[in-house]
Amino acid sequence: MNPWVDFLLDSLGFGATFMYGSTGEILTEKAGHLNLGIPGVMCMGGAGGCLMLNLIGESALPPFLIVILGILASFLTGALMGLIYSFLTVTLRANQNVTGLALTTFGVGLMKVLMSDKTRISVKRYLVTPKQYFRFPFAGRSDSLQVLGVMFFLAVIVACLSSYVLYRTRTGLNLRAVGENPGTADAAGINVTRYKYLATCIGSGIAGLGGLYYIIDYMASQEAYLSIEAYGWLSIALVIFVLWKPHMTIPGSFIFGVLFSCSSHIANIPWITVTVAAKPILKMLPYLFTIVVLIISSIRNKRENQPPASLGLSYFREER
Amino acid sequence: MQPRHTRLKEPLVHLTKRETPGFAASMLIRVAAFVLGMLVCGLVAFLLVGKLQKEPGRIWEFYNCFIKGSFSTERKLWSFLKNIAVLLCIALALTPAFRMRFWNIGAEGQTLMGVLAAIAVNFYLGGKYNPAVRWPEWSLLVLMLAAALLAGAVWGLIPALFKAVWNTNETLFTLMMNYVATFLVSYCLIKWVPSGSSSLGKLSSGKFPTVFTGLSKPAYSDYLVIILIVLAATALIYIYLNYTKHGYEISVVGESVRTARYVGISVKKVIIRTMIVSGLLCGLAGYLIGAGLDRSVTTDSVGGQGFTAIMVAWLAKFDPLMMILTAGVIIFLNQGADQISTSFEISGALPNVIIGIVLFFIIGSEFFINYKLNFRKREPKEAVR
Repeated sequence: MNPWVDFLLDSLGFGATFMYGSTGEILTEKAGHLNLGIPGVMCMGGAGGCLMLNLIGESALPPFLIVILGILASFLTGALMGLIYSFLTVTLRANQNVTGLALTTFGVGLMKVLMSDKTRISVKRYLVTPKQYFRFPFAGRSDSLQVLGVMFFLAVIVACLSSYVLYRTRTGLNLRAVGENPGTADAAGINVTRYKYLATCIGSGIAGLGGLYYIIDYMASQEAYLSIEAYGWLSIALVIFVLWKPHMTIPGSFIFGVLFSCSSHIANIPWITVTVAAKPILKMLPYLFTIVVLIISSIRNKRENQPPASLGLSYFREER
Repeated sequence: MQPRHTRLKEPLVHLTKRETPGFAASMLIRVAAFVLGMLVCGLVAFLLVGKLQKEPGRIWEFYNCFIKGSFSTERKLWSFLKNIAVLLCIALALTPAFRMRFWNIGAEGQTLMGVLAAIAVNFYLGGKYNPAVRWPEWSLLVLMLAAALLAGAVWGLIPALFKAVWNTNETLFTLMMNYVATFLVSYCLIKWVPSGSSSLGKLSSGKFPTVFTGLSKPAYSDYLVIILIVLAATALIYIYLNYTKHGYEISVVGESVRTARYVGISVKKVIIRTMIVSGLLCGLAGYLIGAGLDRSVTTDSVGGQGFTAIMVAWLAKFDPLMMILTAGVIIFLNQGADQISTSFEISGALPNVIIGIVLFFIIGSEFFINYKLNFRKREPKEAVR
């Protein structure tokens, strides 16, 4: 295949991991909660999905059902992690940074324990589910679209849907109000606690899908789980890069995908020569771009490009 | 008489903020949370560890591992103290920034830059890069320290400048800087190690002199030096924050930026100065890791301690003396869980699970310290009728 097409499709596919992670994180941040637990959530989402596939992967169920159940399990595991986070930060009003970091510590650790050989519930056998099941029409294909799986298209749909909900519905308006100024939202009769809980749990569920996508759909490799944590952090970077707009994660994740995977693809392109030393510099670029975007948006200080105003602050009604 | 159905129902629980939580009560709540967390850890371990399910009696061994992990041998005790010192040093670095409500989560990167700078000096001037250039040991050590401090300070200063001038979100900025530092390390490693193994190995130069000779192993002397340096730093930071004008200014900026402006404190200056202090201490931690312990650098040299330190500092309510305790608890859990991993043959990631669970409980317990729950009182019979 043409190395360029190969490179671009692969970047698209790889980028979808961040698309899930950052769409989920955007929903959470729009409710005013900076969830630094996203890497842990993505790891556990991956583990949950794999656990389900491990149970049903070899059964006689129709392939599309296996795929859907796997996705569902992954979503629920992610949402459960989100529930821990929102119970601590919303109900118990704990510091969000600390809770998020603890969630990452916990999630990454638990996934590694679950996925390793030595434990009893080993999910290592998840790969019995053929990767082909994750290709439309749930049976695999051989044309160039085989690079992109079912879950890639799901990611695009989820990102667009999130944008629609956030910017075109009353629910989204209320949610943004909660993230900007919970006090005002509360006074307007919006149930702040419910919005925060739902946004965090659904967001974490979506982020969890990113883990499953990366392990099964994109990589389908035994060791894939080890790198999810890094991509979780990259997803948080992408949130800033796309200025808190879910639909923008589609081009954004593509750019990140290009930057992050070009170091391995660029060797196939005849007229470009890259030294080994340039690889880490290329991988550094997504983070540098994110910093630049962060700085530019703070200099321009346009209201629609700022983080939600109450991001990172707990809301206690009786506080003045 | 008012009809019953129009009366507003009081919520079941009503929260009020406690003004000054008592010390004894709050410690009691924290200890209770810790114990509860440990019990849940046992439960989770029971679910995860096959050997425990076969022999439930070994659950005592499970808890005993925590004691064994830190105190059973001299070597473990030394590494317990040394690990506390390093973690404490990073947590101390974060404290001035946190007191100012500058959410610096870039300690990982700042420390890593410290390690990198120290090792870079050692690599180029210590004889490994070019045997003809070999500086005397003491000057090498001083230069390494200076380089590490400078690198840490620069890495802390960059986000601070943007925060001070354009109010750029510091949490996200410092987080990104961590990864820039990581890839900078892998870039340097590729440059330094041409074979492509990307492992530098332990450098022979730039070694701490063996100050304390009476100890059973020479490595313990380095540990003791590190512990003493960090203890001194703890005292200095405690004094800096509580008894100097700078410390006072940091507290005022943290409480309210507007008040600070009103009383004539230059907020920009305080932010920049404090982050330099923060970065310097991270650089010191990097020096201790790079020069004192590893004499080498990898992308994993700091190993997530920059993030753990955030929790150490927060759990201690940004009090340098309390941090000795909280860092101790974290390292105690870490070493205990490592011991469990070897005793029960499970994956090495178990410490993270255990620390995560215990942290959830301690984080949650803060709520009961800061807030008072007022349950709805049962209404007297007459009022109902």
